[in-house]
Amino acid sequence: MRKFKEFIIEKLILICGLASILFVALIFLFLLKEGLAVFKTITPFKFLLGRNWYPISEPAQLGILPLILGSFLVTFGAACISIPIGVACAVYIAEVAPLKIKEILKAGIELLAAIPSVVLGFIGMVTLVPWVKNIFHLPTGLTALSGSIILAFMAMPTIVSIAEDALYSVPKTYKEGSLALGATHWQTIYRVMLPAASSGILAAVMLGIGRVIGETMAVMMITGNAALIPHSILQPVRTLTATIAAEMGEAVVGSEHFFALFAIGIVLFVISFAVNVTADLFLHRERK
Amino acid sequence: MRNPQRAQNIAFFFLLLATFLIVVPVGLIIAIIIQKGLPAINWQFISDIPRQGMRAGGIFPAIVGTLYLVIGAVIFALPIGLLAAIYLSEYAKDNLLTRITKLAIVNLAGVPSVVYGLFGLALFVVFLKFGASILSGSLTLGIMILPIIITTSREALESVPYSFREVSLSLGASKWQTIRHIVLPNAIPGILTGTILGLGRAAGETAPILFTVAAFYLPRLPKSIFDQAMALPYHLYVISTQVPNVDEKIRYGTALVLLTMVLFMNLVAIIIRYQFRKKKKW
Repeated sequence: MRKFKEFIIEKLILICGLASILFVALIFLFLLKEGLAVFKTITPFKFLLGRNWYPISEPAQLGILPLILGSFLVTFGAACISIPIGVACAVYIAEVAPLKIKEILKAGIELLAAIPSVVLGFIGMVTLVPWVKNIFHLPTGLTALSGSIILAFMAMPTIVSIAEDALYSVPKTYKEGSLALGATHWQTIYRVMLPAASSGILAAVMLGIGRVIGETMAVMMITGNAALIPHSILQPVRTLTATIAAEMGEAVVGSEHFFALFAIGIVLFVISFAVNVTADLFLHRERK
Repeated sequence: MRNPQRAQNIAFFFLLLATFLIVVPVGLIIAIIIQKGLPAINWQFISDIPRQGMRAGGIFPAIVGTLYLVIGAVIFALPIGLLAAIYLSEYAKDNLLTRITKLAIVNLAGVPSVVYGLFGLALFVVFLKFGASILSGSLTLGIMILPIIITTSREALESVPYSFREVSLSLGASKWQTIRHIVLPNAIPGILTGTILGLGRAAGETAPILFTVAAFYLPRLPKSIFDQAMALPYHLYVISTQVPNVDEKIRYGTALVLLTMVLFMNLVAIIIRYQFRKKKKW
C-alpha cells in the first residue's frame, strides 16, 4: 500500500516537473491559434513592415512597423540609461561597498524590483512627464524619453542583481593574484574582474532589456500612445505591448483586429524567447 | 592616468554616483507616495465602495478583488511549483529533458506580462469558456508566478546538505519518506520566501488581468469565482488615465495601498530569509 502511494506521488512529481514545458507550449500554441488567422488577409511581410496601423478603419490597415520602431526606440533609450548605471552599481555593491551597506543596498534593489509597474507609471505621469514637458518646451511630456527613463528603473534591478552575481562568482584567486602583483583595487576590477565576469554581465544586460521590451503598463501610461513612426525621442510613441493592452478591450473576439493583436503577441513571444535562450547560454557558459 | 591611486578614487566616485542614481529616486518615489497618499487613508477609504464614478468613496472592492486573485493564484501555483521543484532537485537526472525543463522555466519567467494576458484570454476566457472571471484571472496569474515559486523552492531544497539525505536513506527510509520528513522541513523557510515573493508579484501585475478578470467599475463584491472583480492595480490605472477629474488624493491613496501591500510582502520575505540564514544549522 505504501509502495502504491509513493508510486502515485512520484508520478505526480514527474508530471508537475514537466508542467513548465507544457505551459510554454500552451502559450505558444494559443498565440498561434488566434494570431495566425490574421495572415489570411495580410501577408507576414506587409504585417511586419507596413507603415500604417489603423485597425478600425475600413479596410483595416495592419502594419506594425510604427509599433516595432516605438518599442525599439523606448528600449534603446532605456538601455542607454540603465546599462552603465546598472553595471556600475553592481560593481559598487560587489566590490566596493562595506558589508553592512551592501546588505542594505541589495534589499533596496529588491524593493525597486517589487514596485508594481502601474505604480511606477503613475509616478512617472505625475512627476516625470511635467518635467520633460517643461525642460524641452514640448506640447506634451508624454514622450519616448519619459518612457525610457521609467523603463530604465525597471531594468536596473535585473541588471544589478545578475551582474553582481556574475562578479561574485569570479574565483577569489583571480583577484588575489592581481592584487599580489601590485595592481590597485580598481585596476583589478577593470582589468581582471570585469573581463572574467563578462558573459554573466552580458546575460544581465540582455535579461534587463528583455524585461523592458515586455513591460506594458508603465509605457502605456507615459509614452503618449501615438501609433506613428517616431522621428525623435521627444515624440509620443506607441509600443507593441501597449497596443495589445490598450486595444484588446475594444477588439471584437474573432475580428481581424483581434487576430492582429494576437499576432503582435507572437512577435513579442518570439523576441522574449530569443532573448532568454541567448542569455541562458551566456550564463551557462559562465558556470563552466 | 599616471597615478593609479587617483584613477581609483575617481572610478570609485563614479560607481558611488551610479548607486545613488538608483537609490535616491527609489527613496523619493516611496517618500512622495507616502507623503501625498497618507492624508487619503482613513477607515472610509479602506472599507467603502467607490462612489460618484470613482471620484469619491473608497476602494474596498478593489482590495478584496486583489486578495481573491492572489489567493487563487497561489492555490494553483504552489502545489505545482513545489512538486516541480522537488522533481528538479531530487529526481531529475542530468539529461536533455532536464535541460529543456530548465529552459522552459527561464522562458516562462521572461514572457511579457501582456502576453500572459493574451494567453489567459485565449485559453481560459474564450476556449474553456470561463469568461472574464476570478477563476480565469487567478489561473493566468498562477502560471505567471510559477517560475518564481519553482526557482526559489528549488534553491531551498538543494541547499539542504546531501548528508541529511544519506543518513535518512541509510536508516531504511524510502526516497519519498526522506523528502517528506527530512528535506522538506529543512527547506520550508526558502519555499515560504518564494511563495510570498510570488504573491507580491501577482498582487501588483496589471497586464495579465486586463482581459481576464478586471472590471472597470463594480460597486459590489464578487459572489463566486465566475464573477468579474475589481483589482487594485487596474483600479489605479483606471483612475489615473481613464477617468477625468479624480481628486489627486484618491490616486495617491490607491497607489499607497497597493505599494504597501506589495512592499509588505517583500519585506516579510526578506526578513524570513535573513532569519533563516542566521539560524542555519549547517
